Amino acid sequence: MDVEAKLSLNTEVTRRVLVTFLRQEMERFGFRKAVLNLSGGLDSSMACFLAAEALGPENVLALLLPYQTSAPESAQHAEQVVAITGVASKTIDITPMVKPYLDLFPDMDNIRRGNVMARMRMIVLYDHTVLWNGLAVGTSNKTELLLGYGTLFGDMASALNPLGDLYKTQVRQMARAVGMPQAILDKPPSADLWAGQTDEGELGFTYAEVDKLLYLIVDERYNFDEAVSCGFEPRFVTTVIRRLRSSQYKRLPPVIAKVSRRDVGHDFLYPRDWGS
Amino acid sequence: MAKLRVGLAQIGAVLGDVERNLESHLRMISEAKAQHIELLCFPELSLTGYLLKDLAQDVALSVEDNNALLQPLIAASQDLDLLVGFPERDRRHRFYISAAYLSRGEIVHTHRKVYLPTYGMFEEGRYFAPGSQLRAFDTRLGRVGVLICEDFWHMSSAYSLWLDGADILLFVSASPGRGLSPEAALGSSLSVEMINQTYATFLTNFVLHCNRVGFEDGLNFWGGSTIFGPDGKLIARAPYFEEYLLTADLDLGSLRRVRVQLPLLRDERAGLLAQEMARMAHTGSCATP
Repeated sequence: MDVEAKLSLNTEVTRRVLVTFLRQEMERFGFRKAVLNLSGGLDSSMACFLAAEALGPENVLALLLPYQTSAPESAQHAEQVVAITGVASKTIDITPMVKPYLDLFPDMDNIRRGNVMARMRMIVLYDHTVLWNGLAVGTSNKTELLLGYGTLFGDMASALNPLGDLYKTQVRQMARAVGMPQAILDKPPSADLWAGQTDEGELGFTYAEVDKLLYLIVDERYNFDEAVSCGFEPRFVTTVIRRLRSSQYKRLPPVIAKVSRRDVGHDFLYPRDWGS
Repeated sequence: MAKLRVGLAQIGAVLGDVERNLESHLRMISEAKAQHIELLCFPELSLTGYLLKDLAQDVALSVEDNNALLQPLIAASQDLDLLVGFPERDRRHRFYISAAYLSRGEIVHTHRKVYLPTYGMFEEGRYFAPGSQLRAFDTRLGRVGVLICEDFWHMSSAYSLWLDGADILLFVSASPGRGLSPEAALGSSLSVEMINQTYATFLTNFVLHCNRVGFEDGLNFWGGSTIFGPDGKLIARAPYFEEYLLTADLDLGSLRRVRVQLPLLRDERAGLLAQEMARMAHTGSCATP
């Protein structure tokens, strides 16, 4: 199977579905405005383009939330996206909120520090949904969700997410089609939580490779042996399957101890769009 | 030349709000009347929306006890025939995905969805009971057969209705769009269009497919309703993703012309099939009950 071809998508059809999704689901919930955290990376920039088209740029607020260690070009890229899309924007330095907490734990490792920053950005995002009377638009892509490469209640928090069923390489195709600035397309993906951090460095494999493997395992239901027979290293396949399994909790609401005849989660099963 | 003006109301729904959906039905009916449409079809579960889950039991309607919410539609069917979709409750509290054909102020026929997809993204079998009949029925406009979504993914359903005399097949669905590719349509749209065209060709029938639009819990319904003629050719197609009233004049004379040229119905050997089915059932080699 030519997996790369399977991951290629019609950007016009996809854009139409995602834009209509944002517009109609937002309207169902009784909202016309959106707020999103814009890092200047590929995913949040793409979400910003889609939200601006769906709701009109005047109804979208992009929050630029740098920390003192953030790369300066991240803010520059975010500002370019704001200028192209015409959305409203606000910059808030999260250092004064984050640093006092980090200073309590001088030995804190990068994972904890990154989680604190991601969750502080979530607090600012959700506070602005009230201020702006809008909904939080998520920017996690399918690759991140499947690998659990995100902070629970941090960057994974949103009310609706237009990108959650697109692999990173598919987001890239979409970004090219909408005219994303070349610098954003070219730079290595990074959570930008510490200097020199890159997604692919931290994960230990490239998006181009893992997207193909995830596509076979998730979309085409390939088992371990079938994936290996497609030329993937057995160790790589094992790593990815282990990540899929160990991150399942991040993709679900908290587990509830069932004691009654009908409980939230197991058998009180109403759709989210109930009555709208 | 005998013509039948048909309409497919490609609409969305407010999930679980029958009264608001009834309003959109009546709006479409009024537009259809203005266009002199004689038969207007609505999508699967058009009066409630699709992804009901536990809501199904709360909003289900009964066709047996003069349901007040169905009355305006039954009344409207004095002017044009209607096919409407809703979750149906029977006297013994079983729930079905149903489509009712209304004409001249009466419910002429109710089809209960026979095949309930319960796999992958679908969980209809958890909430609904399956129907147990595949019946064509006579209307003032001709003999008709109704199938709901997964029903027409089983060849035997359309084939049965054809043998039972249906010249016009009314397919209704709430088909969630999925399957990205370089093609300018979603994979699910391409599959359904191919299926409908194939039925029209093999059965030398009119095949009308009314699909809905809108989003529910992130699922997109892709629209793209179609009408194929007995020669297998496309007569009309609605746009993808947009609410639309698709209309067409069916040339009923084409049934005769196509079937004289290609007498598949005349040569069909239902008795042979019945004999072979009986043998398979007897020897236990039949795939399923």
